[in-house]
Amino acid sequence: MRVMAQMSMVMNLDKCIGCHTCSVTCKQAWTNRSGVEYAWFNNVESRPGQGYPRTYQDQEKWQGGWVRTRTGRLKPRSGGRLKKLMTIFANPKMPAMADYYEPWTYDYEHLINAPAGDDTPVARPKSLLTGKDTKVTWSANWDDSLAGGNEIAAGDPVLRKLSDQVRQEYEKAFLFFLPRICEHCLNPSCVASCPSGAIYKREEDGIVLVDQDRCKGWRMCVTGCPYKKIYFNHRTGKAEKCTFCFPRIEIGQPTICSETCVGRLRYLGLMLYDADRVGKAAAVKDERALFDAQKSTFLDPHDPAVIAAAREAGIADDWITAAQRSPIWDLIMRFEVALPLHPEYRTMPMVWYIPPLSPVVDVLRDTGHDGEELGNLFGAVDALRIPVDYLAGLFTAGDPEPVTAVLQRLAAMRVHQRRINLGEDRDESIAAAVGMTGQQMDDMYRLLAIAKYEERYVIPAAHAEDAHRLEAQGSECSLNFEGGPGMGGSGPFGEASGTPAPVSVENFHIQRDRQTADTSAAPVDKESRVNLLSWDGRGRPDGLFPPRDDSASADDRDRP
Amino acid sequence: MNVLLWVVYPYLAVAVLVGGTIWRYRYDKFGWTTRSSQLYESAILRWGSPLFHFGILMVLVGHIGGLLIPKSWTEAVGITEHLYHLGAVFIGTIAGLCTLIGMTILIVRRRLTGPVFAATTKNDKVMYLVLAFVIVLGLVATVRANIIGAGYDYRETVSPWLRSLFYFSPDPEQMAGVPNGFKIHIVGAFTLFAFWPFTRLVHAFSAPVGYLTRPYIVYRRRDSRPGLRPDRPGWDGPPKLPTDVPVKAKATRRG
Repeated sequence: MRVMAQMSMVMNLDKCIGCHTCSVTCKQAWTNRSGVEYAWFNNVESRPGQGYPRTYQDQEKWQGGWVRTRTGRLKPRSGGRLKKLMTIFANPKMPAMADYYEPWTYDYEHLINAPAGDDTPVARPKSLLTGKDTKVTWSANWDDSLAGGNEIAAGDPVLRKLSDQVRQEYEKAFLFFLPRICEHCLNPSCVASCPSGAIYKREEDGIVLVDQDRCKGWRMCVTGCPYKKIYFNHRTGKAEKCTFCFPRIEIGQPTICSETCVGRLRYLGLMLYDADRVGKAAAVKDERALFDAQKSTFLDPHDPAVIAAAREAGIADDWITAAQRSPIWDLIMRFEVALPLHPEYRTMPMVWYIPPLSPVVDVLRDTGHDGEELGNLFGAVDALRIPVDYLAGLFTAGDPEPVTAVLQRLAAMRVHQRRINLGEDRDESIAAAVGMTGQQMDDMYRLLAIAKYEERYVIPAAHAEDAHRLEAQGSECSLNFEGGPGMGGSGPFGEASGTPAPVSVENFHIQRDRQTADTSAAPVDKESRVNLLSWDGRGRPDGLFPPRDDSASADDRDRP
Repeated sequence: MNVLLWVVYPYLAVAVLVGGTIWRYRYDKFGWTTRSSQLYESAILRWGSPLFHFGILMVLVGHIGGLLIPKSWTEAVGITEHLYHLGAVFIGTIAGLCTLIGMTILIVRRRLTGPVFAATTKNDKVMYLVLAFVIVLGLVATVRANIIGAGYDYRETVSPWLRSLFYFSPDPEQMAGVPNGFKIHIVGAFTLFAFWPFTRLVHAFSAPVGYLTRPYIVYRRRDSRPGLRPDRPGWDGPPKLPTDVPVKAKATRRG
């Protein structure tokens, strides 16, 4: 047993309203630079739909992920090492810019500079690649909420695998949103595809990163990743990908997409797994067995043998505690409601999803049935083959059974909780019908519906010695605890007395205070010192500018 | 003049090549890339790029065979001058033509595809000029001497001169009687070498042959230094910085 820790995510699709806040904040944080205008480390797709880049799930076409060879070994679907090197001069299976979309901006200047005339000036779209006029024809979420209708949705590779009859009925059945980031797989095929060895999986937390210095732009990873979550920066000529916001994770903060998620649908936590078992589990013959095979690599953090092995592997005690409290462990292994995205790619993805029950409830309600009645819900999950088969195509390599089981559990939770809400007696038989106990139902309800910040995000900070090493001064005041005399801010003899706080610590506190403050410049109850690094343009904090000289003339004041 | 062209200049060019490459490697790893334009345009690249690259690799092998391996060695294993000549001209011309056609396709593509042209820097343009100059001149010299002309055995003159550079006993006299076409090709080539480290051509030095023997999945630690916390009981007080281990920052940039 070789215990490794993996920072993982689960998304509860029932709660996703498709607002794209995660995508926007992610873009602001990571990809608002030239060269990656077209890249969305986080994107939200409408399902059914073609996805981004278009039809990326069609591995016959894009050749991502792994295949099992006849001898039972794994090799990248796009070819082994030799084939990769032979096709290095022109990757035959790389998506073109048109498969993502051509990034554009608008000629806003024209609105101001246009000469007076009869017509209102318009800002024409300009290509960010050529700078010339362009026509906007596609984007990362062009088919949002089934825009484009049948014509576009019919191009959905998952849908195409279902029969024609299903497809036509499907349009009436349901729509849901699928937010996607890099899966930070246990068996990442992008890492395997990189000729330079620039992409690596971090041993400490399993985050997959691209070493920008080692990347030489051979662009094999773009093909290798079946989720198409590696992007080629066309200005720098390097691959870039979702970083799981590792600078935030390292100090115990959730990723920016999770932090800003309006629906609070994301969960973050550690999973312990047996690295020795991964290769074998990813190579099981039956695609439908991959889901269970991946679960078999996870290690129970409460098991004393696992704890001992984890300690031996150098995993710190606070990390083991975090793994025990991990919402991911609860959702995947204890409540068994989370499913992996496309396990058939054999990459062992670690961003899992709770499939949406709401479409089923919606159909019941629309047809005049009680959408909260257990018998109705169970019957509907069974009768509505289409959504179940579609979800199975996404999450379980086409096996409807696990999907049905999850939807039934979610349905049972609804019914169980309604009884409690209405003041009726608890009915343990509801939980028993889906193989759970009433207490488990309550716990699951608390995690899924109440979804407290501290319960959704259980992130152990990276090791203290690293944080210390990163400080300008490796010192920490022992009185610096919450509410203590040394708690940030001024020292005993007024502002800036005592030993100076390391600048990164100071910035961290300032940023946090400003994010939670409700006045613009100098909040009363928060630390009010503002430096240039943390000043966001709001207000006129004391000490940042020289005092205004009111006697000076207006001209003087305009001078910088 | 001979000494300048055939001793000073080559050494200078190679010095710039080596020094420049080391400098670039140390200070500009981030800029060390193929800067592939495949994302912009793929259909033409699929023909042009393999033609050019495989062609130029064959040309490289040919140059090594013709310039670095002494004539006496090949004759010792029974390859006569005539046989060598036939092979070299035949394979060399094919490889040269592949390279030339590939390069033409690539340059035309670069000029005519909007996004690719927009992403072409001045440095690229100069590099293309020098590269094309060297390749075309090499091909012209070969064709003029060996196909149209009566044949020229550079292995009697150019090769010993080049090898003499490696032994550090340069012999510029060897180059005196060499036809001008070859001479210009050689000077151009050394110019290209000197220019090499400062262009995108550096990607040739990072040909990923190590990939063939590497395990598929790469793991890396944030820092190779062992952590403090795993074996630190709570009663020992707060963690301390190790005093004997030098602090080593590992390059992990965003990706």
